[in-house]
Amino acid sequence: MAPLDQILGRRTGAILLALAVAFPLGADWLGQGFYVDLAARIMIFALAATSLNLVMGFGGMVCFGHAAFLGIGAYTVAILMDAGVDAAWIAWPAATAAAALAAWLIGVVSLRTRGVYFIMITLAFAQMLYYVFVSLNAYGGDDGMPLPTRSVLPFGLDASSDLTFYYVVLAILAVAMWLMQRLVNARFGRALQAIRENETRMEAIGYPVFRIKLAAFVIAGGAAGLAGALIANQAGMVSPGLMYWTQSGSLMIMVILGGVGYLYGGVVGAALLLVAEEYLSGLTLYWQLPLGILLLAAVLYARNGALSLAARWRHG
Amino acid sequence: MSTVIESALNGVQFGLMLFLLAAGLTLVFGIMDMINLAHGSLYMFGAYLTAALVEPTGSFLLAMLVALLATAAIGMLLETTVLRTLYQRDHLSQVLAPFALILIGNEVVRMIWGPQPRRLALPELFSGPVDLGAGIQYPSYRLLVIGVGLAVALLLYLVVARTRVGMWVRAGASNREMATVMGVDIRRLFTLVFGLGALLCAVAGALLGPLLSVQVGMGESILILAFVVVVIGGIGSIRGALAGSLMVGMVDTVGRTLVPDALGTVFSPAVASNLGPTLASILIYVLMAAVLFWKPQGLFPARG
Repeated sequence: MAPLDQILGRRTGAILLALAVAFPLGADWLGQGFYVDLAARIMIFALAATSLNLVMGFGGMVCFGHAAFLGIGAYTVAILMDAGVDAAWIAWPAATAAAALAAWLIGVVSLRTRGVYFIMITLAFAQMLYYVFVSLNAYGGDDGMPLPTRSVLPFGLDASSDLTFYYVVLAILAVAMWLMQRLVNARFGRALQAIRENETRMEAIGYPVFRIKLAAFVIAGGAAGLAGALIANQAGMVSPGLMYWTQSGSLMIMVILGGVGYLYGGVVGAALLLVAEEYLSGLTLYWQLPLGILLLAAVLYARNGALSLAARWRHG
Repeated sequence: MSTVIESALNGVQFGLMLFLLAAGLTLVFGIMDMINLAHGSLYMFGAYLTAALVEPTGSFLLAMLVALLATAAIGMLLETTVLRTLYQRDHLSQVLAPFALILIGNEVVRMIWGPQPRRLALPELFSGPVDLGAGIQYPSYRLLVIGVGLAVALLLYLVVARTRVGMWVRAGASNREMATVMGVDIRRLFTLVFGLGALLCAVAGALLGPLLSVQVGMGESILILAFVVVVIGGIGSIRGALAGSLMVGMVDTVGRTLVPDALGTVFSPAVASNLGPTLASILIYVLMAAVLFWKPQGLFPARG
């Protein structure tokens, strides 16, 4: 089990942040501006996977429909832009709020079930939303719709520049990780983890178990919605595919790959999966074969993700 | 009237095929407590193998039989090499491993047979329609599929309800530890059940091949429906799987054909033809959510 109080050492944290800040300059210098785009994508998915890790790793609720919140966030941005609202300071919080509201509605019903049934009911809700958006012909239906521009950032920042966008995403991810670290080590986070370990006992002690789980679910949904808003901006389009169950599956894979219940599990997992995909797809047309074999090896030999390997190595 | 009967028959036909997938899934789920996402890949293998063997063997039946045995062998091989090591793990590692197997399976199929969908021709004998009376012409192949589906369901019921192996299977589904203590060789049973599940997948794949297209990814789209069936019916219950598949098959088919007609009387045809399939797809999940909400153990819970 992952220890509490997971923070990067102050020095490691500072070095990593400095590397992330310097990365675009280095990539630019090497003439590989393309990698800035990839890095931004990794950070966005890191945010989404981290939000899933909050429910799945810290709350013990295996949500198989997390992509729904991603999609709601993305579509909120697209629909607002279609209506003429392209300011990021309106659209992005709106995306977060819409996804959080959806998470609240889905959570109120789903959290009455446990285990496998919870997995299936969250999947069911995500699939329902997927089909709703497939049928919305006004917003592109099955094919999705392109965004005319990226959201307009405040303070005169230009989001259409990949470099600016990278730093905006980096800032959001850094703040989100800091908040997440505060959250899981706060009274609320401790209670959430205690519920994961023994729900009956927490109920008996008098904790409002249902409300705590629902709150975690809503926070995670909102964060995933924000990630969705960023994805829509980065890809320049939205489509129902963002909510399909395979997308929920790949978010789960990221968390499992990085380490379930490790603070940085989502970040590490998103980086591992997306870099592996990118590298292998450049290598061969049949890149899913080596990726599958790598994943299989990861399940069989790294029992709780990459970070558990690191922890085992550190503690001998 | 004739369209109602026709779409009801189509619903039964699709439901029975879903049952073949769901039966294997619910047994693996109930007995081994494992969510086997790779079940859809076995279905795909069954369809591809049949399609590939029709030409060299020159007979649909022969091709199908060979494909069934081959798929069952692949399933048992997977169980003994990879999945066996995962039974003791939590559900999360059990999700990741089959996910990896899906990727591998899809890519292997793409490497061997190429990315284009393959056409699987109807068997010569069953290519024409049959007159059901009252002016209803129904494709004879679909009737064949219904017949085979019913026969397999009956056979499966007899095996599970009346034989010693079936008794072990039921014992394993209702209480695994107790079954082990009472002397059931659970390891061999697992391999056997997995092989049986793979075989049933291949039957569905081969039979649906000529009706749907044989292509990479065909497993994933039907897999989720099969899971819905399993959850509606109750995990580990064959009876529940049958009831669930017929319900889902009906809702899906009737929603696709009758709802647009009904909506057409209210809305414009364009809106109706677009809304119908969506409504059908959504209804299936609404059905599942409702069942889970009121009967969290499914309609026919296997565990007492």
